[in-house]
Amino acid sequence: MTNMAGSDNGYILEIEHLTVGYQQAGAWREAVRHVSLEIPKGQTCGLVGESGSGKTTLALATMRYLPQEGTVCQGAIRFRGENLLQLKDAEMRRIWGSEMTMVPQDALASLNPSLTLGEQVAELLRHQAGLSESDAGDRTLALFEQVQLGDVERVSDSYPYQLSGGMLQRVLTAMAISTEPSLLVLDEPTSSLDVTTQAVMLDLFRELIGGQQQTAVLYITHNLGVVAQIADRVAVMYAGDLVEDAPTLELYRQPLHPYTQGLLDCVPRLGENKAEVNLRPIEGHIPSLQDLPTGCIFRPRCPLATDVCREYPPLYQAGDGRRSRCHRWEEIKDGEVSPSQPVPEGAKIPPPSAAEQDVLDIEGAEVHFSEGRSLVDMVAGKRPRKVRAVDGVSLEVGRGRTVGLVGESGSGKTTLARAVVGLAERTGGTIKLFDKELPPGLRGRTADMFCCLQIVFQNPAETLNPYLSVGQILRRPLKRLRDQTPPEGGDGGIDEAVTELLEAVHLSREYAKRLPGQLSGGEKQRVAIARAFAPRPDLLIADEPVTSLDVSVQASILNLFNELQAEHQIGTLFISHDLAVVGYLADVVAVIYLGQLMEVSDAGSIFDPPHHPYTEALLSSVPLIDPEGQQEAIRLEGEVRSPSKEITGCPFHTRCPRFIGDICVEQVPPWREISQPGQDVDKRVFCHIPEEELREKQRRAFKFSE
Amino acid sequence: MALYVLRRLGFLVLTLLITSIIVFLVTRWLPGDVARVILGREAGEEALEALREELGLNDPLYVQYGRWLRDFVVGDWGDSFSTGSRIRPLVMGRVRNSLRLALMTLLISVPLAVALGVIAGLNEDTWIDNLISVTSLSVVGLPEFVTALILIQIFAFGLDLLPASSSVPPDVSFIEALPKLILPALTATLVLLAYVARLTRAGVIEELEKSYVRTATLKGLPYRTVVFKHVLRNALMPTITVVAISFGWLISGLVVVENVYNYPGLGRLLVFAIDRNDLPVIQAVIMVTVVGFASANLVADLLYGLLNPRISLGE
Repeated sequence: MTNMAGSDNGYILEIEHLTVGYQQAGAWREAVRHVSLEIPKGQTCGLVGESGSGKTTLALATMRYLPQEGTVCQGAIRFRGENLLQLKDAEMRRIWGSEMTMVPQDALASLNPSLTLGEQVAELLRHQAGLSESDAGDRTLALFEQVQLGDVERVSDSYPYQLSGGMLQRVLTAMAISTEPSLLVLDEPTSSLDVTTQAVMLDLFRELIGGQQQTAVLYITHNLGVVAQIADRVAVMYAGDLVEDAPTLELYRQPLHPYTQGLLDCVPRLGENKAEVNLRPIEGHIPSLQDLPTGCIFRPRCPLATDVCREYPPLYQAGDGRRSRCHRWEEIKDGEVSPSQPVPEGAKIPPPSAAEQDVLDIEGAEVHFSEGRSLVDMVAGKRPRKVRAVDGVSLEVGRGRTVGLVGESGSGKTTLARAVVGLAERTGGTIKLFDKELPPGLRGRTADMFCCLQIVFQNPAETLNPYLSVGQILRRPLKRLRDQTPPEGGDGGIDEAVTELLEAVHLSREYAKRLPGQLSGGEKQRVAIARAFAPRPDLLIADEPVTSLDVSVQASILNLFNELQAEHQIGTLFISHDLAVVGYLADVVAVIYLGQLMEVSDAGSIFDPPHHPYTEALLSSVPLIDPEGQQEAIRLEGEVRSPSKEITGCPFHTRCPRFIGDICVEQVPPWREISQPGQDVDKRVFCHIPEEELREKQRRAFKFSE
Repeated sequence: MALYVLRRLGFLVLTLLITSIIVFLVTRWLPGDVARVILGREAGEEALEALREELGLNDPLYVQYGRWLRDFVVGDWGDSFSTGSRIRPLVMGRVRNSLRLALMTLLISVPLAVALGVIAGLNEDTWIDNLISVTSLSVVGLPEFVTALILIQIFAFGLDLLPASSSVPPDVSFIEALPKLILPALTATLVLLAYVARLTRAGVIEELEKSYVRTATLKGLPYRTVVFKHVLRNALMPTITVVAISFGWLISGLVVVENVYNYPGLGRLLVFAIDRNDLPVIQAVIMVTVVGFASANLVADLLYGLLNPRISLGE
């Protein structure tokens, strides 16, 4: 009977008042609370949230595949009218893989390392579709064809470690669509991919989903751009609550929950720069599940919180097909109040004065290293393969300026940073700190050089010693600094200096006593930044410092960088794979590919054509945080080439969408100065195509909706 | 894969060369004059000198080593000081016995330990897991001579099923020797059991947590397919390596077990030779042992390579 109801109303998935809890270390935590969500066939529902929002728990519960310590304590999950929670495992095994499939996040880990990819798909077809050995093999190849995996037979015979993450993600996608399921759950399927690969995968998902009108899709992601580009409807989760649910267009036009607005306000959009726009971070942090605020759980961070918010809000019906868990949604809708966070003080940065002196001067830097050879290879006289991780990079960082370095994984951006710091030995060129040349490795660098040059790493959890308190971590560099140059007139003790540092990164003095394990990701990164600033450096290297952070935290860290830099006038080399972040924070943007720079431009004009074709492709690949935003799709074929292969001509010629012929293969391109009529721009592009031609080709390529 | 095999073989030869140098030097540096050991305390200086000359003990060390190694490789292992018999047939007979015992032990212990480990791993932290872990660990805590005595008490004296002494004459066939192998093999099994079972259990638990198991489960495959086809293929790799390596230990390390059961294996021969300061026998036994260890390692590496596509595809 329930079955009938399910097929009648057209809903494939109906989640009703679902509450899922975990028993962890003796404590009970509810990761998902009272969530109701329906997806009809043919619809793609995006599920957005930061870490700890419960989105993955919800996805796993939907698949009825919760870890052992997880329990559904309330609610129902109806799949085509049937409550999955009442099914036995054996019955689930009939549904899994045939009617309900999932594309997981980490493709490499999600495939069996010792079975061929073909077999991993074919086994599903044999089991669920009842195909014979040879039919399953043929069908697998056809599916690989469908997800645009080039040489399908080779892929079929390959093992996971032999292919790139993007290709493995295609295999998993082929697997998930192979049985034409009614429900397809995609759990952050592009999060670990490069932006160019992500764009290709999103195109593919759109095409596949469009071709399966009978399928309901649940697309989970933390990326507001991805969801804008792919979902028909978006549900937003916060700390286990579903806070808003609306058709995509309406959600982005007018969010009716302050948290949604906060998310949209705190992400830098492609094309924005700190000179014009301020990021508005969401104050505070995501509450821990054991210690939820009473009433509305967003209340402590909400700019609109009033007395009514002490009451836990229901999920209000906020107009046609919209829901919001905010007491004040009507006022927001009518424009009486604005849920936008106030612009933080001091975030507005005066444009840096023209750089009078370069802090860092990189001239033709090379980092080549040989791949390891075995004893046998050496006896056989095999020459070691040269890896050109950084291949002739020249770049300057001026005092008080931020140079952003963007590139895909494997582009050599981190190696360049390591070469500056001395962790990767430079094999050619020079790197000067002010006028002093830095020795290639750590050996021979003076204490002064170490002091002047500080680094902030990507993962603060791994760079802070877990056994030292925050105070001890900060005291160490301070003490070394004092030992070298005792402060004139004794301007306070070290403890005061620690407090000052903590205040500079907006942490209270009590944090000095805490251990890194007691801090959140954002707080750890603040401590890491404070530590880097402690010796009063002249140059800061920041290697993907916000990549591992949630967007609401990312914004406040970016503002912090701005603030500290303006105050101390230090030069920063800021490395990131995120063009929007780099374009926002930097004064100068450098684009790197296979160890060579492709384009160097001031940040104001990096988004205006003409571009280097690689920059153009990168820009085109960024999913715009705007469902109406359109860009010409310029997609890169294939993968980043291994830097150990010999490169001739332009390193980008193997993938270049604007490839013009033999000249690209045979000759090293010139650096072309780009001018902009009526503007004072400083931009150069490493390409054979003349400026005017590039301008002509790229004229129509970019149009932002705003 | 061919390259991998070649490389492993290269390592094997290198290992053997290095150990042979160590064995040679150690026996040369041991206190005591070889000539005096042979001729006895009353021998005159002249006779000693003549014997030294005859044995080549006055030659430079590397010449002596080269000669010793050549003789060893071509199979001329010399005569025993203490019994005067040829060493090679003596040692090879013991090798055969030791191999039989090792094989028997593996036949009993591996299926048992792997099965227990897999069951424990699949039922992590349940009473089944605890029962298996506690039992196997409490057995491994007992020294071999104690477990041996218990087994003899039960199976030989109590039930009268198996012989208490395992002394086998030379030249019996495997089948004939079989009953005498069971008790020593069981004793050795008890030593290995906990180790291999724990390792298997850890491997299974580690693999079960990996994302590919979720992928396999969400294909709707039956539980046994998920376990046997997906999990065990990866979980047993470390176990296989360890089992192959423990084969080396089984060949030469069962000194106590062989003594308790009076079983004529390599371990007992070594003890016998050391008692009598019988240098050539000691050297031969050690070299054979090293060959056994190194080969076991080679087999372990090759098996691992065969199972791991990363290696078998030659990258």
